[in-house]
Amino acid sequence: MYVRLDERYRVTLTLNGRERSAYAEPRTQLCDFLRHSLGATGTHVGCEHGVCGACTVMVDGRATRSCLMLAVQVEGRRVETIESLAKEGEMGDLQRAFREHHALQCGFCTAGILMSCHEFLGRVTDPSEAEVRDMLSGHLCRCTGYTGIVQAVLAVARARQNNRQEAP
Amino acid sequence: MKPAAFDYYRPTTRREAIEQLVERGEDARIIAGGQSLMAVLNMRLSQPRVLIDISAVEELRYIERRDGYLAVGAATTQAELAEYAALADEVPLLAQMLPWIGHFQTRNRGTVCGSIAHADPSAELPLCLATLGGEVVLETKRGKPRRVTGDDFFQGILTTARRPYELITEVRFPLSKAGHRYRFQEVAMRHGDFAIVALAVDIGETEYRLGVGGVADRPVVRRIPRDVDLDDALNTLAWSLGAQDDIHASATYRRHLVREMGRRLMTEEIVQEETADVRPAR
Repeated sequence: MYVRLDERYRVTLTLNGRERSAYAEPRTQLCDFLRHSLGATGTHVGCEHGVCGACTVMVDGRATRSCLMLAVQVEGRRVETIESLAKEGEMGDLQRAFREHHALQCGFCTAGILMSCHEFLGRVTDPSEAEVRDMLSGHLCRCTGYTGIVQAVLAVARARQNNRQEAP
Repeated sequence: MKPAAFDYYRPTTRREAIEQLVERGEDARIIAGGQSLMAVLNMRLSQPRVLIDISAVEELRYIERRDGYLAVGAATTQAELAEYAALADEVPLLAQMLPWIGHFQTRNRGTVCGSIAHADPSAELPLCLATLGGEVVLETKRGKPRRVTGDDFFQGILTTARRPYELITEVRFPLSKAGHRYRFQEVAMRHGDFAIVALAVDIGETEYRLGVGGVADRPVVRRIPRDVDLDDALNTLAWSLGAQDDIHASATYRRHLVREMGRRLMTEEIVQEETADVRPAR
């Protein structure tokens, strides 16, 4: 695949379970492509150099900074954004826990943090507080001081474990 | 900011990648995981004419144990290496060090070879490669692959021995030696930030091999015999690094860290336990 700098390439990907496609220049960042070309504005753009974590999405199941990826790089890949966490208008358990534990104030960083938490809890079912804080070290939140976020993540982990135990 | 415009090329074989690199020379930059390069491009500190993306070159995605070393291909991510089950046995220093690289979100895409190619003086992987005496394998269109030791490869801040027409295809980390112990420790403002000082040590029967990152313009490795006065040796090493004051730490503090962390890392068992709590195991 070779795309010239002044060409637009039709990128086709699976976004939140649906096949989507739109045009992108080689230099278009994934975050801008999601927001401007695909209308998925839940992903926020912060520092644009990989430090703040606000733009985190999942690419092929792994949390990734969408400002450090190009739109053309997700050709044929699976991308999940914050829009995938709510099912039929109902917030998911992580989102509800964030509300219950005051894990956000202005909410700018929240979409990215939730996507990191989503991958993390899929991999680590009984995290320690230290592990949660380590996972969150890739995100900047200027409102909460992180304590509410840590509590929300630990609460979801506990609740999911209880659900698993109760299930036959 | 947004990157300046460039052509984007995504080959699927090593041969195609090298051919394009040879054709375009210094106009080209290789991108693998992009976790350092994309930030550089976004800030327009680098404005290549063509970006050659090797992340889809499957033949460069491997972790192979060979005779005496572990080979890691250029498309292999830091997360894939961390998930390699035998890592703690085969190259224990790498297993200890990997959780300190950036954050899990950047390790998911960032590659092992990419970090070495970027050659940030405070980065963990270059320090690990230099301390263990590993090698970088560089290939171009003609001739045999060139092998360069870690010591020779790192030449200064973001500067390496790679020639414009060469692709780093693999790095090789020597396997752990019987009777040796390996330790890593770093101090940063926040976990995942750039190291103010990072230390890696290979403790052998007769000598220490101590690597220091974050102080000089490249990782510095010194051999220290086990029978010399350690405080003296560490003080001499600390003063030899040309430490500078910057917004993160003073030169005095950096020398202090080299002496103090060095002594603890080389002599006390307790260090590993202290850090076990903050080192993510998964």
